Amino acid sequence: MRETLLFVAFFIVILIVVYLYRVIQGPTVFDRVLGLNGISTKSIILLVLIGTIYERVDMFIDISTGYALLNLVGSLAVAKYLEHRGSA
Amino acid sequence: MIFPVEIFLLLLLVITAGAAILVKDLISAVLILGSYSFFLAIVWAWFGAVDVAFVESVVGAGLATVFFLLTLFVTAPKDTRIHPPSPPWTALIGLPLLGLLLLYAASDLPKFGDPASPASVHVSPVYLENSMEDTLTPNVVTSILMDYRAFDTLIETVVIFTAGIACALLLRRNRT
Repeated sequence: MRETLLFVAFFIVILIVVYLYRVIQGPTVFDRVLGLNGISTKSIILLVLIGTIYERVDMFIDISTGYALLNLVGSLAVAKYLEHRGSA
Repeated sequence: MIFPVEIFLLLLLVITAGAAILVKDLISAVLILGSYSFFLAIVWAWFGAVDVAFVESVVGAGLATVFFLLTLFVTAPKDTRIHPPSPPWTALIGLPLLGLLLLYAASDLPKFGDPASPASVHVSPVYLENSMEDTLTPNVVTSILMDYRAFDTLIETVVIFTAGIACALLLRRNRT
């Protein structure tokens, strides 16, 4: 079971690399915002997986919830910025 | 079992840090720094430092991004230097040497999670055994932070409060 979870974590990290390419290389700011959102959702799943591996899911659920909330706040801040500055 | 997930995460950290320095568009640099904080928080969580991971995800990925964007509101969104100055050669030679020295010193440290290391032999058992009678708090970390080091935490909070007031004063709009 633990090996399966480790393999799942490994493949999620590989998925994050794909998103990271879009964040770093992305021609416009919107690509980067979407890439960052994808990275954050994968990070939430990865945190819960780490909690399951360490058998302390109750603590890791808190972190992933905080992640999700603050990712929303960050996305709102970026949206506000682009609204005021026009398209970048 | 050694599995290279943490090696992958550390590589991602290095890639994002380099990209945040090299990119010209500053709002893109802010977004890349956000992903850097995400990876750092995952690394902390992977090594079992749950509270540090929580702080990193809240402050690094959330608040720092918002504050950087607030700064970009009132300054220029582009890095206007045509040719960024190249780092001095002393840094290019000295910093890798310093890194090698630190790696050499790190081989002397006790192994990760070693029960016979000095930190877990001298100090930790005292707290683990006495904190329940002393403070009647089931969580040891909370009892250390809020009871044994109450003054430390209080003054830390005062410092952060002062910094928050200073930020609010600096970012205040002129409504004249």
